[in-house]
This record gives sequence, C-alpha cells and structure tokens, in this order.
Amino acid sequence: MFPASFDYRVAESIDEAISLYQSADGEARYLAGGHSLIPAMKLRLARPSRLIDIRPIEQLRYIRVGDDGAVHIGSLTTHAEIAASNVVAQHAPLLAQAAKVIGDVQVRNMGTIGGSLAHNDPGADYPAAVLALEATITVQGPNGTRHIAATDFLKDMYETALEPGEIIVDVAVPSYSGWKSTYVKFFHPASRYAVVGVAILANAVGNQVQDIRIAYNGVASCAFRDTAAENALKGKAATDATIAEAANAALNGVDVLSDHFASAEFRKHIGRVYLKRALQELFAG
Amino acid sequence: MTTYVGKPVRRVEDHRFITGRGRYVDDIKLPGMVYAYIVRSPYAHAKILSIDTSQASTAPGVIAVLTGKDLEADGIGGLPCGWQVNFRDGTQMKEPRHPVIAVDKVRHVGEPVAVIIAETREQAKDAAELLTIEYEELPAVVDPQKAVEDGAPLVHDDAPRNLAFDWEIGDKAKTEAAFQEADRIVELELENQRLVPNAIEPRAAIGDYNPGTDHTTLYTTSQNPHLIRLLLCAFVMGLPEHKVRVVSPDVGGGFGSKIFHYNEEVIVTWAARKLKRPVKWTAERSESFLSDRHGRDHRTKVQLALKNDGTFLGLKVRTYANLGAYLSTFAPAIPTYLYGTLLQGVYTTPAIYCEVYGVFTHTVPVDAYRGAGRPEATYLLERIVDLAARELNMDPADIRKKNFIPPFDGIEQPGYQTQVALQYDSGNYEAALNRLLEMANYSEWRRKQQELRSQGRYIGLGLATYIEACGIAPSAVVGALGARAGLYDSATVRVHPTGKVSVYVGVHAHGQGHETTFAQIVADKLGIALEDVEIVHGDTAEIPFGMGTYGSRSLAVGGSAMVRALDKILEKATKIAAHLLEAPESDLEFREGRWYVKGTEKSISFPEVALAAYVPHNYPPDLEPGLEAESFYDPKNFTFPFGAHLAIVEVDPETGEVKLLDYYAVDDFGNIVNPLVVEGQVHGGIVQGVGQALYEEARYDENGQLLTGTFLEYAMPRADEFPMFKVDHTVTPCPHNPLGAKGAGETGTIAATAAVANAVADALQPFGVKHVPMPMTPQRVWTAIQASQQVS
Repeated sequence: MFPASFDYRVAESIDEAISLYQSADGEARYLAGGHSLIPAMKLRLARPSRLIDIRPIEQLRYIRVGDDGAVHIGSLTTHAEIAASNVVAQHAPLLAQAAKVIGDVQVRNMGTIGGSLAHNDPGADYPAAVLALEATITVQGPNGTRHIAATDFLKDMYETALEPGEIIVDVAVPSYSGWKSTYVKFFHPASRYAVVGVAILANAVGNQVQDIRIAYNGVASCAFRDTAAENALKGKAATDATIAEAANAALNGVDVLSDHFASAEFRKHIGRVYLKRALQELFAG
Repeated sequence: MTTYVGKPVRRVEDHRFITGRGRYVDDIKLPGMVYAYIVRSPYAHAKILSIDTSQASTAPGVIAVLTGKDLEADGIGGLPCGWQVNFRDGTQMKEPRHPVIAVDKVRHVGEPVAVIIAETREQAKDAAELLTIEYEELPAVVDPQKAVEDGAPLVHDDAPRNLAFDWEIGDKAKTEAAFQEADRIVELELENQRLVPNAIEPRAAIGDYNPGTDHTTLYTTSQNPHLIRLLLCAFVMGLPEHKVRVVSPDVGGGFGSKIFHYNEEVIVTWAARKLKRPVKWTAERSESFLSDRHGRDHRTKVQLALKNDGTFLGLKVRTYANLGAYLSTFAPAIPTYLYGTLLQGVYTTPAIYCEVYGVFTHTVPVDAYRGAGRPEATYLLERIVDLAARELNMDPADIRKKNFIPPFDGIEQPGYQTQVALQYDSGNYEAALNRLLEMANYSEWRRKQQELRSQGRYIGLGLATYIEACGIAPSAVVGALGARAGLYDSATVRVHPTGKVSVYVGVHAHGQGHETTFAQIVADKLGIALEDVEIVHGDTAEIPFGMGTYGSRSLAVGGSAMVRALDKILEKATKIAAHLLEAPESDLEFREGRWYVKGTEKSISFPEVALAAYVPHNYPPDLEPGLEAESFYDPKNFTFPFGAHLAIVEVDPETGEVKLLDYYAVDDFGNIVNPLVVEGQVHGGIVQGVGQALYEEARYDENGQLLTGTFLEYAMPRADEFPMFKVDHTVTPCPHNPLGAKGAGETGTIAATAAVANAVADALQPFGVKHVPMPMTPQRVWTAIQASQQVS
C-alpha cells in the first residue's frame, strides 16, 4: 500500500500554499488530516503529482466567536477539537454531536473539518450538520476569498464548489443557543461511514416547534435538507402523530443509494426510523 | 505442587511485541536486497493472450520482469496439495496443475501473472503499471452450487462439473431407515459464508541464495517452516533439502492462512537463486484479501429426524464446499475429515450420513481457517438442534440434555465411538452445560426474555454445545484418510553447562504464547526458574523436524514431545546425580530442582548435575557426556475439547440491528497449563466467531470480483461491539497424552458463531423467523422479519 511518486511540499501560510499549487506541474492536492486522501493515494485511486501539506498553517486552527456573533472554526481544526469545544457546545452543539461519531479516535484526532467538507464523501458526518446549521464556508484561492453557503458548497458525491487552488479557511456557524439538536447515525460496520446520518436542529418551546431543520447524509449521493419532513413539523406540536407524519414525509423522491450492505429500500426505511426515533427523543419530556 | 503450571503467568514474549522489538519477516533487511512486486489478474477467468514486458523492463530500477513461462522454463513445478480425497466411486481426486505464476489462463482475481523485481518496492510497483497484458475475458462461476450445474463455465478442463471430489461418510441405509421411523423431520438450508483470515501481519517472504555454499534461505511468514521446506524442495523446485533453510521468525497471526505453501514463497526463492540477490516480497493489504487462502464457504442442506419426545434418530447432511480455483495445501481435508467426522457432535444420534461435493470456482482458493471444518459442522448441528427444540416446543437446553452422550473418562470407561469414524477420548458434556446454565443464570434470562417481550423488546438466548477434534493427529490414521504428511511433532531439550535450558520445538508460535507456556512446563519439570528456559521455534536450522502449529496441536502434540524429551533428560541426569551423591538411583528423590538422598539432607542441584555432564571429570563410566535429548511424539488419537456457550443478544426488529448483550463460555480443555493464555485464546476465538455471525463476509459478484476486498467493506469485529465475556472451564483430562491436555486454540470460533446465530433466531421467534443467513447484518435480519410477516 504505497502511492505513486509525488512531490511533497510544506506550506507555512495560505499564500504559500496557493502559490505552490499554482506552480505545480499536473495535479496538486492540499493535505490536511489526510484520512481520505492518503488511503486513496495508497490505492493509487488518487495520484497527485504534488502534495502540499498545509498542516503547519497555525492560523487555520481555531474555534472562536466572531464579531458577527457566529462561531468560526478554522479549517484545520480536528474532529476531536470540535467534539470537545465549549464554544461549539454552547452555540452549535449539533456540530459536536456529528464530530463525536466520526470514524474512530485516531480519525478524530487527525481528520479536519476543512478536509472532510472539501472531500464531501456521501457517508461523511459533517455535511448534514452544516446544512442544518446553515453554515457559511469561506474559501481562499488564486482569485481571492469567497463566502459560500453550505447548501451551495456541497454539490454532489465528492464534488464541491471549490475551484482549482482554493482552500477552505473558515467554517462559520450562526449561534443557535437554546435550540435543540441531535445527530444520529446508522453506520457501516467496516468503514464506520454513515449509511444513514440524520441531523436535526429545532427551535421549540416545549414541544411547540417554531423552526426545524432536518438534513441527511449517507442516504444519497450528497447530503441534503429534507424540507418535506421539516414542513410536517414546522409551526406544529411535535407529537407521536406529527413525528410519524414527518418520518413518512422524509426521503420522498430522493434518489437513495444502494449497495449490498443496504439496499435503497432498506436505507430509506432506516432513514425514516432513525428520524422518527431521533425526533421522539428530542421532544421527549 | 507446581510453581508455574496451572498459574496465570504473564506472557514473556509480550514485552518484545508491545515495545516494537519483534522481528518479523518484513523487518529483515539483507545486504543487496531487491524487491518483488507481483502483478495479479484483474479477472476471475481469462486467457492470457500476451505479456509485453519491454517498457517495464527498462523502467528505473528494474532488474527483471519474470513470467510464468520463465518459471516453467526453469523447471519449477506447480504447488502440491497435501491431502488426497477421492471420489466415492474410487476415481482419483482431480488435482489440476496449480501454477506458481499463471501461464495461459487466470482462474481467480489476484492470481499471479508476472513479477517485477526492482531496487526498491516503489520502483517495482511503478514498473508494474508499464506492463501490458492482453487478456480475453471468459465467463466465471463463483457459487459452488451453480458450478456443478450443466453448462457452468469450467475452471479446469479436466475437472468435469467442476468437481475435485465427492465424498461421503456414515451409513446411508441406516440413516434412511431412521428417517422412515421418525415422528418428524426438521430441515434447514444454510450457507456458511466465505471469510478472509485477515492476520494483522500481512504475508511476506525473502529468498536469499549463497552461490558460494549453494545454500538457500527462505524467510517466510509461516506456521510450519519444515513443511514449507519439504514441499518447496521435494515437490516444487527440486532443491536438496539439506541446502535449504526456512525461517519463520516472529509471525503476527495466522488463523490457518499461514499454514499453506504459497506462490510467493516459490517466487522469491526462485528469483533470488536466479538473480543471486536477496529478494523480498511483502503483501499489501489489498493483496492479502486477494491471495491469502480464504476460509469456509459451504452451501448445506441439513435434516434431523427425531421422535416427538426430542430424541434424535438420524442426521442427513449434503454440502457443496467451495474450494476456489485450485487445491490449496490442505483444502480437501477441511470439508471432509475435519467436518463430516464431527457431525456426531455431543449427541447420541444413532444414524448419520453426510455427503460433500468439493467444487472448483473462479475464486481465491479456500483452505483451513481457525476451526477449519469444525465450525461448519457445529454451526449446522447447533442450528438444527435449536430448530428441532422450537418445533417441539422444548427449551434448547432440555433437548440437548436429552441427547447428550453420557460421561466417560477414557480410562475406566472406554472412548466413545461415533457413527462418523472418530473415537472421542473423554467427555462430560452435560457437566459443562450445567455449569454454563448456572453461571449465566439461564432461567433468569428466560424469565427476563418473557418480561421484555411484553414491553416490545426482543432478546434472544443462544446455546451452542460443541465438540471438536484437534491435537492433530495420529500419523497412521490421517495417512489412511489421504494425508500426504505425518502429523507427529518434536522437541529437543538442550541443557547448557550452567543449567540453563534451551528447548527447540517443532511447533510454531504466531500469537499462541508458547515461549511462556512451554517454558512453564520445562521450569516445573526441571525445578528451575522460568527465566532460565528459552523456547526456540521457527528456524529449520535450529529445530528438529516438526509439523508446525494449527489444529490446536501445539501443546497436545508438541508439548507431549517436549515432556518426553524432558523425561529423557531427567533419566540421564538422575544417573549423574546418583554417581555424584554416591547413592543408588532408587534411593534418590527429585523435588524442586534437587536430587535428595532419601531420608538425608544430602543433595545436589540441577545446575550442578548439568555442569558435571559437560565437565565429566567425576562421571559415571558408562554414560555419554552432555545433557541433551530429543523426542518425536505421534499422538494416539485426536483430543476432543468440548463445552457450552451462551450468547445473549437483543434484536431491534424495526431496524434489524443486533446487539450482543452478554456472553458466557464454559470450555473443557483437559488440564490447563496457563489459564491466562487460555482465557485469551477463548476471548479471541469468541470475537472471531461473532465476527462471522454478525459482520464478516468475503462476497463476490457474479463476475468473480471481490466486493469486500478492503477494510472499508469487509467488516471486522471491534472491541466496542462486545460486552465483557464470562468464562469458566470444567476439567476432563485427555487420557492419552502425558499432559492430559486438549487444544484451546479454536473452540471460541467453533462455538460462538452458532451461539450467536441461535440467539438471533431465538429473539425473532415471536416473528416466526426460523433462520437468518450470516452475516446477520441489519438488512438481513430486517428482510427475514419482513418475509416471515408476509407469510403469516
């Protein structure tokens, strides 16, 4: 398991990383936690001619509340750091709930939020969370800086809005202090990727739902918000009946993934059961 | 009194392993060493039309590009099979040539097609991408039942219907008669799925040739270096055995997969002799999936005939065993003599008949994998027994008790002659089950099960009462059954002049802890400290000819050889001691490392006697100097460990998820040398058995591509999926070996799969689900519930 030969460069700053990208012959790739890219390179499914290691860029490693009141997370922040962060726990616990169940301890200590979002694996755990949280992803590249809404950023399986040479620098999440949230996951026993992951974020007084976001990953080629399920609960009381309605409304018309571990039919079924149970738990008592 | 035997001594080898100081094959770097990369077939079945080596051979660092034609031109033969199982009508087993490197045709994905040798392994792999191989893809067959149908693609032209052999055991007429008399017949069709062994250390091999002395050394990740040397020299390469040394240093797990003689061992040896440079090959994990011999893969129909009171009358089994594309070293023995002979189980079933079809398919060859045949037998027996209990509305514990073979110790009472050739050595099956039921508080679990069902929660209790045949094996017996090797083992005890002891054993440790357990026996026997003993294994230049480790044989066979050699040491040392103490031997007693003249304080220590043996100034006149002894031990019988396991699961019927809540095991290994090591074996075995029940599956698509060929798809069991196990044992000594020991290496794997399968079926009884195919993934459980709901 060793990759094709490549040119390995280390960047100390974002500008240096981008210029190393621009000066590369052939395909260059940025290396963050490396937990998707390195295995792909070892299998020779990815064969960049240049690998630009951005891990020394300390300015991309932070969690703080910005002047805009949003939680800002540097792209090199690891899953473990997000899972343990008090700031995240206070303002956007959903992100920590997702981070806690990514892979295993080793993956969480190495993998970064920027790397995960840039890769956009359909079975990754952050995508549903950032969609529900309506996060903004800031990227920097040869043509300057762009702020992209999560929903526009996550395009399709392994596809994002990133243009060549762009690096994710910041993930900004508005404060949802006081909202309820949960992330539940039915994972593949081998990869521990989500076969079904459901992120729920709700603003409710008791069980009176004022606003709710429901997003899935794992189920389809890309994470998505399930507005039909949201509408079944928005402005209503969350009861067994409305929750069942939401679960039945979920995943309609979605092109659900299928493989030998989980057929489309089974995946859809699990998606609804997991949503139903998560809602029941979220609004219990 | 013993100082060490029976005590939970911590493994002395672990410090080396845990601190990274183990020396595995891949750690060995020889001067001038080059690297082999093996180009493997991407197709399950194809003609090789051409191989263009021109670009690859001029790539940077490349020393040679070798093909199957080069190998044949050098007179290298195919890989031999070590066990012959003929057709029922007497026709010889079909044994098609098993090429080291494919020549005209490839027959499974992963079969070697060419070898690149280069200065670095990166250069070798890069050059492999420049090799142009033209294939003509042919239709493939992967399912053993489909492979025997008319018109199925043939794996070998000279094996019609893809059959290597068909085989039967038991009394067909008597069994048919029993079925006629039966009140009812319970039947089940089941699949024992294919598994990838996945040892933590990938296979590796280094060939090293010294043209000056004409010596060849093969370093290889093997469980049996002498067997590899014999096969390599006598059958494949025609090398003089005394000029070949095979070294298996530290080996990181095998589970059977490192028993067999592999293509790569031949390739590196041949290439090293050809190029006169050491050649190393280390498997990448993806190669392990596609080239390590796989395990299990049976399609079986089982029928049990019984009386309405639960008495078993007869058992009929028909199995299609997938052997893969070629016959691996011991492949024919696994689904026959290690499987059909175990169908008596622990029950008195008076009539048994089993037929087995050994089938070639376009898949990786299948051979022994932890348990090897016995898990397959246990799974079907324990499933059908549970199903019978359900149909008769009996508790699974009660139907077992009704049919158990009564206790026998093999000394006062004779061994138990089964309907399927074996004679069990000693057993007390009900005692093990009773201990289990008591330890687990079985009746309380049953009560709780009822209570939870009323709350819509579904837990299941799964029993497995198993027996297995291990400590393989009496050479004459296995020879009569088709084995082409003996299965004795050996040990040399070398006492050094200072009284320190090195023991050279023919068995091989690759995780079993022999360096501790064998040393415990030596230290007690000679009355010396554990640290004064070293156990040496794995190097044919050092150890006596031995058959290696598999089939839970190390202690029962190799340990017995060692005890015999120790007896010889003591016999000679006593003579020396008598001379030095100026007393007749009959007046001496040996205890705690000293010979005493009975009734006096006059004594001499073991090291003093050892010194006298090597500095024989004052020495018995008719005795040879030195203190070293060797023994070869051929066991009188297999040993038959047994036990009872109980798995408790909870099934979520809405999602199909299975959670293992609790696990209890009571095993009987006869006498135990080190309970800590044995418990470790039991724990590991249970996890592996549960892995088969719930997670693992080598799954091919119909074109012969392995769909679960990486750890992203092939699910291994993980620690966080398990409760703490509760284990205990009963002790029924083996009556025929000097240690009274039975094997402990495989029982966990043999029992746990069946226990968990029974537990899941038990949990789903309210839904009318009879059986869930393995691995019992959420989708399969859910589908089984859906299907049975539609029926009812």
